[in-house]
Amino acid sequence: MDFGPYASFIGGAYGFAALVLGALIVNGWRDGRAQRRALAALQDERGEQA
Amino acid sequence: MWTALWNRLAHPGHFLRWSGTALPWLAAASALLVAAGLYLTFFVVPPDYQQGDTVRIMYVHVPAAILGMGFYGAMTLSAIGTLVWRHPLADVSQRAAAPIGAAFTLICLVTGSLWGKPMWGTYWVWDARLTSMLVLFLIYCGIIALWRTIEDPSRAARAVSILTLVGAVNLPIIKFSVNWWSTLHQPASILRMGGSSIDASMLYPLLEMVLALTLLGVTLHLQAMRTEIYRRRVRTLLIRQAERLDAGAQGLAPVTRAAAPLPMGQAI
Repeated sequence: MDFGPYASFIGGAYGFAALVLGALIVNGWRDGRAQRRALAALQDERGEQA
Repeated sequence: MWTALWNRLAHPGHFLRWSGTALPWLAAASALLVAAGLYLTFFVVPPDYQQGDTVRIMYVHVPAAILGMGFYGAMTLSAIGTLVWRHPLADVSQRAAAPIGAAFTLICLVTGSLWGKPMWGTYWVWDARLTSMLVLFLIYCGIIALWRTIEDPSRAARAVSILTLVGAVNLPIIKFSVNWWSTLHQPASILRMGGSSIDASMLYPLLEMVLALTLLGVTLHLQAMRTEIYRRRVRTLLIRQAERLDAGAQGLAPVTRAAAPLPMGQAI
């Protein structure tokens, strides 16, 4: 896998895509977990009050 | 029958159930297809006779361009769903799709720029295709910003839907810019009259990467829609809690929410 003088352009393109998609995946997962936890906490609170 | 099936699939509670089951399978299939696509890109696809190894950038650039436009197309349909039928999931889908579409458009712009430097001798030109793609990215940014600016979700949904529909004019401009104007960007080479102009040894790996990234995009979209539904439920519960506290402080009976209609997008 020797891309000669173009290696930096190819590596840069795939590296950037991996960075953006990785950030999208991690952020989506963390946000989902945070909302699920917040919802569970609120529902527990409502359950205690009822 | 179709209406009943559609209503059942689109009901938020039912959506959470079927998407929860489908997500792990979709995520695994996406990972496998992306891995296979990368293997084909770096170890199987031959270098182009003119562009050499830089053609490998095409396998991330073209799928990102298709998905950047595809997600905007999906948002346009959702905008119609929000404005015409006021479907709660249409608004959720639109909001969840915007950051994903923006990310794919950004990937398209940056990888195109990195492909342009060795082939065209420049990272950027104000060419019709490149400029209309940049406009698409700016529209995505505007939509995301508008959502954050308007606090009331139902007002935000309407405003964003109108902006989305106006911005949809840009989609045919992007697609046909290479035919309508003399551009540095090459004309259509996959979807064109007379069939694809790309050799099969490069076309099939490209289609494989399009499929892999589409599946990844769908997975991310479903996950984002689930999160958005949870976020709205949290918001509704917090509002009810605040109303109860407020009513308690004033010595009044708690407000019965069931009697009051919920704003659009909150009835989930």
